[in-house]
Amino acid sequence: MTDKTPVLELRGVDKSFGPIDVLHEVSLKVHEGEVLCLLGDNGAGKSTLIKTLAGVYKPTAGTILMDGEAVEFDRPRDAADRGIATVHQFGGTFPLMSIGRSFFVGVEPTKKWGPFTVFDRKRANEIAVRAVQDFGITGIDDGNRLVGGLSGGERQSLAIARAVYLGARVLILDEPTAALGVKQAAHALRIVNEAKRRGLAVIFITHQVLHALAVGDHFAVLIRGAVAADFRKGEKTREEITDLMAGGEDMSELEAEFASLMEAEDDRGPPPGQ
Amino acid sequence: MNAVGHFLRRPEAASIISLLAVILFYVIVGGVDLGKLFGAASWLNFAANLGIVAIPVGLLMISGELDISIGAMIPAGSMTTAILSGYYELPIAIGMLGALGVGVLVGLVNGILTVRTTVPSLIITLGMLVAMQGIILSASVLLTGNASVPLAAPDWAKFAFGQLIGGSHQVIVVWWVVLTIIFAFVVHRTRYGNWIFAMGGDRESARNLGIPTSTVTIVLFILSATAASFVGMCQAILFNSAQVSGGMNFIFNAIVSVVVGGVLLTGGFGSVIGIFVGTLTFAIVNQGIYFTQIDRNWSNLIIGVVLLIAVGMNGSFRQKALSYVPRRKKA
Repeated sequence: MTDKTPVLELRGVDKSFGPIDVLHEVSLKVHEGEVLCLLGDNGAGKSTLIKTLAGVYKPTAGTILMDGEAVEFDRPRDAADRGIATVHQFGGTFPLMSIGRSFFVGVEPTKKWGPFTVFDRKRANEIAVRAVQDFGITGIDDGNRLVGGLSGGERQSLAIARAVYLGARVLILDEPTAALGVKQAAHALRIVNEAKRRGLAVIFITHQVLHALAVGDHFAVLIRGAVAADFRKGEKTREEITDLMAGGEDMSELEAEFASLMEAEDDRGPPPGQ
Repeated sequence: MNAVGHFLRRPEAASIISLLAVILFYVIVGGVDLGKLFGAASWLNFAANLGIVAIPVGLLMISGELDISIGAMIPAGSMTTAILSGYYELPIAIGMLGALGVGVLVGLVNGILTVRTTVPSLIITLGMLVAMQGIILSASVLLTGNASVPLAAPDWAKFAFGQLIGGSHQVIVVWWVVLTIIFAFVVHRTRYGNWIFAMGGDRESARNLGIPTSTVTIVLFILSATAASFVGMCQAILFNSAQVSGGMNFIFNAIVSVVVGGVLLTGGFGSVIGIFVGTLTFAIVNQGIYFTQIDRNWSNLIIGVVLLIAVGMNGSFRQKALSYVPRRKKA
């Protein structure tokens, strides 16, 4: 598996906003039919990384490769055209649109109606409902329902089904299980597995280690914008990963920083007023 | 039961109920003779003038923007027509093209400023409203030395834009109905309508999904400004003159009609039919009061109450639409 060309690869990607470095030398690979779990605490740079992959931000340095070929995304549309789809925490972003309509925003199916070209609502609803049901969500059978009325898990499934239907090759899932209950989360994880089974490369962002372990093949822990650990399934236990995320590396760095701070303080002598 | 539920989940449900409630109220409390009310032209003329502006304003609201410069665009349309074709005695076609051209231009500026800057469109169009008032007044005084300009339109223009059908109904009613049908078709049956709703739901996502959000926004602003100048043009042709004042009432009247019609103020939800019915409701409250025994000074109170009730109903019906789960055919 490792000798195959990864669908998406990051090589030494840096991203800074002015003087603030958010990502340092991030290198990651994700293959077809594989789930890469990106773990990290809040503020670790996960969102920036996603936005860089989705074409919202351009990397300050480093390269993004698709199928071994360097690519540059000037806008989100470019990333989407290369088959990178991002699904956010709350799935459907158009809560007041119907399932059929929101499924096809931007790529509406049309038909001829006399001399006019009209939106083919019936076909849109049919395709959308079928696509979602293929992912095992049998509760959705009416494409006229509003997206906002679906459960969190159903919305995730709808968004993922949409991405797959529109030909996504890389699926970026931004904390899909964060806002979900236990049962709904299990549902969402099953959908992640289904996407993987269909040969998509999945990047699964989460800070719930259990969820990551349930579906991941490959794991990367992000701490303060750098990849602190990169390992495959079975190489680390749940406890080790949690430690790694919640402090491990962080704490050791903090200690080093603290020590150097103390040294600097010593050099300068006692602070004034003492 | 199913049909009732289906009706209540539609965006225009509250506006239709409001319309019926207002008519019922006028009949019971005001002793209105329905035959007289429906035969009258006053409220229908009022509704048509307002409705032509309310639809594009409502579409802008669905897409998440506001346009209040329409208040100045109505006198801008009538003055342009009257100055060009009345004062300078150019052919009426030139005056009409001029009026519509001013609408396109102002809409273009509104739209470009909205998509290029981060200033909310409410503020941009507020600035445009005041600026246009200044331009109209100065231009009128500078060019004609007067704030009111007479206009004598030829018969064909009178027939198409300024006719009184049966001596009472303005021909603009026909324009309103035709424009409503066209807008309803484009918004609810073509893909462009889908884009407007998506933009109102989440502009960022809509753009990421490949919708030309800037172009759509600019086109919608052009439509609203041009619709307002069209109404002004029709008024100038009908009344044979144009004044620099007037039109300010249209701002709030249009927004009330649109909101009563079920459009969500923050965008993403609404319908053209709803705006149409909302305009009718507003017009009947506003003009129908003359057919009642109620003192007409109360009409604003009724409008306020209708607005609050309609918005409340809109909210609860929307909730109904959101939580709607069709009954499973088989468990």
